[in-house]
Amino acid sequence: MTAGRVPARSAGRGAPRFTVVDYGAGNLVSIEQGLTRVGAVVTIARDPSAFELADALVMPGVGAAAPAMERLTAAGLVEPIRDWIAAGRPYLGICLGLQLLFDGSDEDGATTLGVIEGRTTRLTDAPTLPHIGWNQVDRTRDHPAFAGIERGADFYFVHSYAGTPAGPDADAVVLARTTHGSAFVSAIARANVLGVQFHPERSGTDGLRLLENVVGLVRSGAQAAAPAAPASLLV
Amino acid sequence: MLRRRVIPCLDVANGRVVKGTRFVDLVDEGDPPELAERYAAEGADELVFLDISAAPEGRGTLLEIVERTARRAFIPLTVGGGVRSVDAMRDVLRAGADKVALNTAAVTDPGLIAACAARFGRQAVVVAIDARRHSADDGWEVVVTGGRHATGLDAVAWAQRAADLGAGELLVTSIDRDGTRSGYDTALLRAISDRVEVPVIASGGAAGPADFVAAVRDGGADAVLAASIFHRRIHSIAAVKQAMAAAGLPVRLVPAAVA
Repeated sequence: MTAGRVPARSAGRGAPRFTVVDYGAGNLVSIEQGLTRVGAVVTIARDPSAFELADALVMPGVGAAAPAMERLTAAGLVEPIRDWIAAGRPYLGICLGLQLLFDGSDEDGATTLGVIEGRTTRLTDAPTLPHIGWNQVDRTRDHPAFAGIERGADFYFVHSYAGTPAGPDADAVVLARTTHGSAFVSAIARANVLGVQFHPERSGTDGLRLLENVVGLVRSGAQAAAPAAPASLLV
Repeated sequence: MLRRRVIPCLDVANGRVVKGTRFVDLVDEGDPPELAERYAAEGADELVFLDISAAPEGRGTLLEIVERTARRAFIPLTVGGGVRSVDAMRDVLRAGADKVALNTAAVTDPGLIAACAARFGRQAVVVAIDARRHSADDGWEVVVTGGRHATGLDAVAWAQRAADLGAGELLVTSIDRDGTRSGYDTALLRAISDRVEVPVIASGGAAGPADFVAAVRDGGADAVLAASIFHRRIHSIAAVKQAMAAAGLPVRLVPAAVA
């Protein structure tokens, strides 16, 4: 836990522009409000046209991979998202938005974005499923997105599946683990891609702190880089 | 380790938090988003809004207060009461709820559980079960419409079926204990939690911190819900969580909040 509250920030000139991808299901109010609260200008996007003016892309989402991929495909979003990540631009994936980065999901056999090598599999040895509630996020390395947040702080989870990085870079991709039955990967980071299995927008003060850190990283990256160059975000 | 959750429940009618006994003698208790924010600051792990609006026009008001709450309280919100279709559930989720609790509508049409789970994922579908102990023999019967109508369904069998159909969580209320402050029905909770894999939220009868501990330890509940003892400030959320921690239960403790 982290003492104190995260003060509301108003988005001033040069505020980073975050585009939240809306692909049809669930609550977008919380993530929109959370990012706005910590100083981002937020756009909700149903098609790729809104990507042009964005400094960072946010993929929220809960539920299963196959219907999500169907909706992304129908909206023409799959290739623009892959291109965005390939260009090294900032991407925050939350819950399903993290799982979709992997090659595929055991939940329904869906082929997903294939940006990070590995698969999404069911949690093993879990005493309850879905895994719903607050649980500790144990970082395996330092990362600026978690600056000011205590090690082992609680975040809110609601899921039954989680992605596991594979291949030679797997360990370098893992950022945090959480235990429910067995341990699973609860956060990953590679270049400008950050993925969290928990919901920062529903995780109280520490969740807002994480979002504020991400907004700050995008802001400093956007200011440091030439306008045409990709913002350097996450180590 | 997964924390045991403490969840305040707010009865909402026509856009206001109310308290009353069995839907009569309602007393205005305040603005839902304001109370929600206060509970979040005090350490509530989630919030449940139960819409008891008698009139249909209360529904639009409900969506508006769900959105205002989601913009102020950054903890999960479950909304129950009156959701009878996939479209109605979509509207509540889009307004800012994370989960929807189905009760009477799920009993009337169990296929609704599967349809909602297929559309939004099972994690968004809570099935609320109101159970009354049989007077003659062992076991509990499902009752609906605020406890007024018996269904003939065995509560434990219905809990299993609801989970099989796609419920991601069960909110189990003992109608016998509700409003009595005589403690949760831990035998009911245990009978259900032993038979399902999904988390069980205990409801009905909480009087003090010891009841919350018993619901988890004896009843196998993953979360404990209460209304009046929090609204009337008989016990604070922090005090309940401290008692649970002292009993060795994993809880999320937040920094002391300004009361």
